[in-house]
Amino acid sequence: MQSADVGDPSKANKAVKKSVKKERRKEKISNKGDSSKSQQQQSVQQFDGAVAPKSKAELRAERRAKQEAERAAKTLKKEEQAKSNKAKGPQVSANLQVDDPKVQKKAAKKLEKQQVPQRTEGHKKVTLFSHLHQYERSVSITKDIGFGSTGIHPAIIKLGLQYAEGIITGSNARCAALMNAVCHLIADYETPPQKELARHLESKLKPAISFLNQCRPLSVSMGSAIKYMKIKITKIPSDMSDDKAKQELISDLQAFVHVNITLAKQAISNSACSKISDGDVVMIYGSSSLIIHVLNAAFKTGRNFRVVVVDGRPKLSGIRALRHLCRAGIKCSYVLISAVSYIMPEVTKVFLGAHGLLSNGYVMGSVGTSLVSMAAKARGVPVIVCCEAYKFCERVQTDSFVNNEIGDPRDLLATDGSSSGPLIKEDAYKNLDSLKVLYLTYDVTPPQYMAMVVTELGMLPCTSVPVVLRVRSFDT
Amino acid sequence: MNDEEIAGYFEDKLKDDDLSSAIAAIETLLECLQRDAAETLSGLIHNLKQAKEVLVTTDCLATTSVSSGSDLFLRFITLASLELDDFKEVKEILISRGKLFLQKVSTCRTKITHLGMPFIKDGCVILTHSYSRVVACVLKCAAESKKRFSVYVTESCPDKSGNFMAQLLQEYDIPVTVILDAASGYILDKVDVVLIGAEGVVENGGIINKIGSYQLALCANALNKPVYVLAESFKFVRFFPLNQQDLPNQFKYRASTLKKGANLSIEHPSVDYTPPSLISLLITDLGVLTPSAVSDELIKLYL
Repeated sequence: MQSADVGDPSKANKAVKKSVKKERRKEKISNKGDSSKSQQQQSVQQFDGAVAPKSKAELRAERRAKQEAERAAKTLKKEEQAKSNKAKGPQVSANLQVDDPKVQKKAAKKLEKQQVPQRTEGHKKVTLFSHLHQYERSVSITKDIGFGSTGIHPAIIKLGLQYAEGIITGSNARCAALMNAVCHLIADYETPPQKELARHLESKLKPAISFLNQCRPLSVSMGSAIKYMKIKITKIPSDMSDDKAKQELISDLQAFVHVNITLAKQAISNSACSKISDGDVVMIYGSSSLIIHVLNAAFKTGRNFRVVVVDGRPKLSGIRALRHLCRAGIKCSYVLISAVSYIMPEVTKVFLGAHGLLSNGYVMGSVGTSLVSMAAKARGVPVIVCCEAYKFCERVQTDSFVNNEIGDPRDLLATDGSSSGPLIKEDAYKNLDSLKVLYLTYDVTPPQYMAMVVTELGMLPCTSVPVVLRVRSFDT
Repeated sequence: MNDEEIAGYFEDKLKDDDLSSAIAAIETLLECLQRDAAETLSGLIHNLKQAKEVLVTTDCLATTSVSSGSDLFLRFITLASLELDDFKEVKEILISRGKLFLQKVSTCRTKITHLGMPFIKDGCVILTHSYSRVVACVLKCAAESKKRFSVYVTESCPDKSGNFMAQLLQEYDIPVTVILDAASGYILDKVDVVLIGAEGVVENGGIINKIGSYQLALCANALNKPVYVLAESFKFVRFFPLNQQDLPNQFKYRASTLKKGANLSIEHPSVDYTPPSLISLLITDLGVLTPSAVSDELIKLYL
């Protein structure tokens, strides 16, 4: 290497450039395939103080390094976004996020697309339950529905109105009526040309189900039935003719009702009857079709027992149960729920129906069920819940706030006697800002208050619900 | 094999003290199966069911386990559908399955011993109730592995079987004291763990055991002492009692008492029902289970 003359800077620069070029040529000959660029960069820096202008190759190297850094940054960003999308959490239904305007907007758009009318939210909402729908009872939810072929089937409209007006109540009745209406829908259904039955039928069912949901929130039994329906529709083989497929579907749905409701009722009655002995005083709450059947069956076997019917406002469904039992000849007493702890010392067993059984063993029933169970447990009276296996759901709930159905508060304000008017007049209620009325429909009872659950699979402890769900998923 | 022969064979087997009543019953049923002269499968099953009825109405110490063991045996041998034409072959298969079941069932006690050993810690004081072969087996194993512990046994009237248990434990060099049934609350302060056997395990995880177990479990719970139940899996019975009165009479009273037609309201029942909330763990040959897992296992066994 030529030693640079320190005194003369311009000469020194030229000398540097020459020596650098020589070095590069040497290195190219000696190290072929090496990372020569980095070595050249290193050789540039060996000269102290001299800031040599970077050559083209070095600039290219820098640009390449920048590009790769940017690419790496981009992929990192994408990964983080994907992670954050996943980390958004479990999917919560729009029905439980009524206080979130964004979610409600989306849900409203969806309903518009399906041509389903929407219900209006009430004016006076209870803030603790603002995450749930609190509807106002409208004159008619169906006044804007047309009868075009793309609209909702009239059998479904009729069913929705029956649900909304409270003509069909009780989970078994609602489920059976739903299957019946869907059978009508399938019978009248015709696949449009160039579309497949399995896929198009499902798209026909979706608006129907949304409409029914708007009329009255779906019950656990209906949810189970709809799941079964969807599985059966997807399993239709594509080479089957439309008529045959429709026939099979209809018979499948009717078989579902027959097996899970009618036959299960008989099986449960047989097991539950063995738990009623002579001299028993059986307490029931409200009106459950299954419990009435069990008591009738037990009475027919000649057992000597009497029944205490506990009732709750505003539905007063216990009166219906009372009528059925008295007609069968069973001795009955009738109390309101406020007297349940008064009557409990006389009672030997409590039989309750259920709206649904949750995976953690909690029982969802009409509001008041948990009160009766707790009062019974406090006095050591065994509580027996009778529930068909199709009402077992995979949901988990530990309290009655998270998910519930809120009814029309005006029902609570009206009294039963026709002579006296309502408790508060309509305009007085509207003007009183500090008064809010809450009408809850369901409540949730923990498993430690129940002695057993009787299903068609036998008598089980409440904690065995996940086992039953597992067994049933093997069968389907 | 007619009824008297069955009863006679069964009582003969019961004379061996080390054999659980349920295993004696299963051996009797296997013998019936081998000697049976039926020509069809349903005829054979009918005869076996009748044999089971005879066994259940014979006097023995533990009617509950005889009933559950026989049920499981009959289910096990007829588990899958047999579609062979030759009945002799079918019978051979049934007999081999029966022997397999008997073999499995005889190893139950050793499995329970292995699982139950960690629950007996060095220097602990154990309280047990009446005479249980499984508990005696586990305590014998613990003593042989040089663990130091002492045992209190309740006298367990009316048959005073606690004295027999104490004698047995003394042969294994275990320090043992017999206490009155009424003194169980008094002694529980000194005790670390309560170990009891079971005659039957019901669907919700509760147990049917010699009378006095329920109040022992109640006292133990009140004083926060753990209650461990040692039971073989053939004692799992498909029955769900609501309370003490819900137990069927054939479990509560000896068969001879029922046959005499005695006035049951003055007869003393020989067993009681302990609800699952009072039991900490059940140590069975299927593993160490919580009471709520028993229902799961029962569904698996019977489905």
